[in-house]
Amino acid sequence: MSLWEYANPKRFMGWTRPVLPWTFALAGLCLAVGLIWGFFFTPDDFRQGSTVKIIYLHVPAALMAINAWIMMLVASLIWVVRRHHVSALAARAAAPVGVVMTLIALFTGGIWGQPMWGTYWAWDPRLTSFLILFLFYLGYIALWEAIEDPDTAADLTSVLCMVGSIFAILSRYAVLFWNQGLHQGASLSLDAEENVADVFWFPLLVCIAGFVLLFIALVLMRTRTEIRVRRMRALEARMRRA
Amino acid sequence: MIALLLRDLRLAVRAGGGFGLGLAFFLIVVVLVPFGVGPETELLSRIAPGILWVASLLAALLSLDRIFALDYEDGSLALLATSPLPLEGVALMKALAHWITTGLPLTIAAPALGFLLSLAPEAYVFLLLSLLIGTPALSMIGTFGAALTVGLRRGGLLLSLLVLPLYVPTLIFGAEAVRRGADALDPTGALLLLGGITAGTFALLPFATAAVLRINLR
Repeated sequence: MSLWEYANPKRFMGWTRPVLPWTFALAGLCLAVGLIWGFFFTPDDFRQGSTVKIIYLHVPAALMAINAWIMMLVASLIWVVRRHHVSALAARAAAPVGVVMTLIALFTGGIWGQPMWGTYWAWDPRLTSFLILFLFYLGYIALWEAIEDPDTAADLTSVLCMVGSIFAILSRYAVLFWNQGLHQGASLSLDAEENVADVFWFPLLVCIAGFVLLFIALVLMRTRTEIRVRRMRALEARMRRA
Repeated sequence: MIALLLRDLRLAVRAGGGFGLGLAFFLIVVVLVPFGVGPETELLSRIAPGILWVASLLAALLSLDRIFALDYEDGSLALLATSPLPLEGVALMKALAHWITTGLPLTIAAPALGFLLSLAPEAYVFLLLSLLIGTPALSMIGTFGAALTVGLRRGGLLLSLLVLPLYVPTLIFGAEAVRRGADALDPTGALLLLGGITAGTFALLPFATAAVLRINLR
């Protein structure tokens, strides 16, 4: 029994059906606990006041925006190497979720930036690379929509995802060329000395877990829908032939 | 490979359109900018490097969908794919032909348009250099985009949506090199990185382009 057997569409539908509601429930629980804890039971930051609480939406969304793309990249690689249809469909299903995460990160960042930096938007390296990531998502989804044959679409979008990843990383470091910008550096890395204080850190962790679970649940749900759509198309084609 | 390159060049020159059109578009975009932002020389000379780079990028974009579309329609692309020439080589030659018919004329014309935008005199060398180094990357990336959308009926708009984000690093380094040249700073770092991008795209993207062509010809 290998791991790959779970990628069989029938088996995938089988095991996701009981798992899905639990994932949603757990995601909801984590988000509720994390957000309520973060919004009402943490002290205000001594310099930023209560605006610091945007962190509970901003950081997890930004994290998931990048992780969604990485997940799409891995799914595309699996599709190209092993040709599991569920993998290609999962990549397709993850893209719109990633777009929404990117938008949440950009908007909450703007709302946070206005009181802190005095501007909603600055051409800062981090902000700019997120905008570019957003454009990459749009191109990826547009290519999926434009091609009719599902296998061709899966192949082409996989190649685009891989090439796009390289260029996304390139752009990420190319924009550093301008200056360091307004956005602070990494404040959640495991090895850094200066991180977010523990009072903010624990609810943030819960929120991140909630966003990860929400992402998994949404992708599973959308993949199930894609599989059903694919089955319906096959049925229709068979009926037309009969 | 040389024969293919010569054929593409001949087609581009004789069929009309593509060759002069890109240049004319470049000229018009550059001329439109002062109408938009006003004629103050100071402002224009400050934004000139960016304008020239963005305009040449758009002009290169204009002729991308012709790279494979005609060959795909009349079946010669399928012939090329079955010929002993590797498809990677075809992709490389197509990109090279596109550069010679678009990137090279743009590079040569750019300094003349620099006068219109009153570009700083020190920057002309770097404008030429950065375009010379950077436009091949634009052609290669564009060839990849054209291969992605070759089977689509209305691929033009999608092509620009796919290709423009990929142009971002090239644009940043190219415009930065000219800007540093204009400010009398040292632009070698930006030029080297630009060269790195061009070398990298020419080393890797022919393979991606060939893979995509094979999928589209399936």
